[in-house]
Amino acid sequence: MADIAKLNNIATQVRRDILRMIHAVQSGHPGAALGCADFITAMYFEILKHNPKSFSMDGNGEDIFFLSNGHLSAVWYSVLARSGYFDVKELSTFRKINSRLQGHPATEEGLEGIRIASGSLGQGLSVACGAALTKKLNKDNNLVYCLMGDGEIQEGQIWEAAMFAAGRKIDNLIGIIDYNGQQIDGPVDEVMPLLDLRAKWEAFGWLVLEMDGNKMESILETMPKAKSLCGNNKPVVILMKTEMGYGVDFMMGTHKWHGSPPNDEQLAKAMSNFAETLGDY
Amino acid sequence: MKKYTYTEKKDTRSGFGDGLLEAAKKNENVVGLCADLTGSLKMNAFQKEFPERFFQVGIAEANMIGVAAGLTIGGKIPFAGTFANFATGRVYDQIRQAVAYSDKNVKIAASHAGITLGEDGATHQILEDIGLMRMLPNMTVIVPCDYLQTKDATLAIAEYKGPVYLRFGRPAVPVFSHNAPKFEIGKAQMINEGTDVSIFACGHLVWKAIEAEEILAEKGINAEIINIHTIKPLDEKAVLQSVAKTGCVVTAEEHQANGGLGDSIAQLLSCKMPTPLEMVAVFDRFGESGTPDQLMKKYGLESSNIVEAAIKAIGRKK
Repeated sequence: MADIAKLNNIATQVRRDILRMIHAVQSGHPGAALGCADFITAMYFEILKHNPKSFSMDGNGEDIFFLSNGHLSAVWYSVLARSGYFDVKELSTFRKINSRLQGHPATEEGLEGIRIASGSLGQGLSVACGAALTKKLNKDNNLVYCLMGDGEIQEGQIWEAAMFAAGRKIDNLIGIIDYNGQQIDGPVDEVMPLLDLRAKWEAFGWLVLEMDGNKMESILETMPKAKSLCGNNKPVVILMKTEMGYGVDFMMGTHKWHGSPPNDEQLAKAMSNFAETLGDY
Repeated sequence: MKKYTYTEKKDTRSGFGDGLLEAAKKNENVVGLCADLTGSLKMNAFQKEFPERFFQVGIAEANMIGVAAGLTIGGKIPFAGTFANFATGRVYDQIRQAVAYSDKNVKIAASHAGITLGEDGATHQILEDIGLMRMLPNMTVIVPCDYLQTKDATLAIAEYKGPVYLRFGRPAVPVFSHNAPKFEIGKAQMINEGTDVSIFACGHLVWKAIEAEEILAEKGINAEIINIHTIKPLDEKAVLQSVAKTGCVVTAEEHQANGGLGDSIAQLLSCKMPTPLEMVAVFDRFGESGTPDQLMKKYGLESSNIVEAAIKAIGRKK
């Protein structure tokens, strides 16, 4: 049985990390990173079968996680470090010169935990399909996960991949949509409405689940369900409701914190929401 | 006796198809992807022999590049095949981020390159692909000259680790490289040693250069012919050695002058050994419908154009 209090404590520390990292360089994307802190924490501390201490690019014999919406790098780096891929001290180099923690995730500097560059949107699901096919060819029964943004799925390539995954019966793949309803220019429904997202994915041949990505209980209930649906000739997608900026009252309910850093005063105010549960980097 | 001659014509894409089948037999990690052009790419034999290692992606090239990048994670060696136009310009950002920047072991197999694609016209005749691919860090760019070399190159890149762009074509062209030195990635091939002018060619233009060499010989001009099948990394040593001897250069390619082989050699020479250089290429215009032969003539990519360029280059020597 998962220790929900422990996972929530980790997510709290991850939120501190995100805010401090982005504040320190006055650049980055706090909104969706904060919104996905619970989910990514749950993945790396509870759901994924993975080997933080001996990272391998090939990922044979373990689950693979792809972050297609690469601008959430801050939350991913924090969780990777906190789960043991690299020293948490390295979080202080985020977005700085000569760092392995590039603005958007990259493999070039050899940062453990990253298997493909992302940032230019819409590409991750295709990559995840390829990795899932390789697992099938290699008779590796582990799973491939891919997190995408809701704004991101306005990209046409996502739907090419959606068609491909269902058409080729890639049933060792779980896609997760960060359904926060916000993107840079405003609410997704105003910028380019997604309309009935469940119906769209179902029409493309996917099994669709929904969960509350800001409730640890919902995540821990839904992810095992998604796993159990694998192996049925269909890929699985989860529409994960989150709130951009979750946990920081003044960052919630708006698109304004998609890509803006907090100033000193805002940082202090934001940090007062989160106890230093594991110790700052 | 002529060193290079031919008894049959064959398309370079068949060299890819045959090479892929052989590479797949040698290494079970070799897999193939195609975007609804399996017959055109000559991937049928591979598909038939290894159906579980072939992935039809439909008309969705962006997805194909991403899937290919993903297949490398876990150790597969994907060959992603489509027309050169759809293998480069259409998917440039996918190649840039998921293949080149991520340094994935993806082989992009690009057929029907250049104007010899023929009647379909300029929408399909890409003349910019070498430039696009050559600009990407980590990318190796190979343009083989005939059926045999395309097969050899396909086998070689299956064993090389890293992103590769392999460019070949549609029409049947002379098969002449039986006696050429062994194909090695990044190593220019000496086709004919000469002293008066260095002719650097790639792809379909290598045979045209050999024809030009014979015409030049009748005029008393001794041309050196070098096949630059690997545009990147460029065999700088071979180029500089040849140019130090001959003192003038002709480059020949089925590509825009901008960004192609000629551009690449001009860049090297202007930095290290400024030399008179003439380019046989397409100059800032799109192709059009026609037969391959008609188009090569109209766009100035014939052996006669190489001869003229050689005489002009020699005339510019000080």
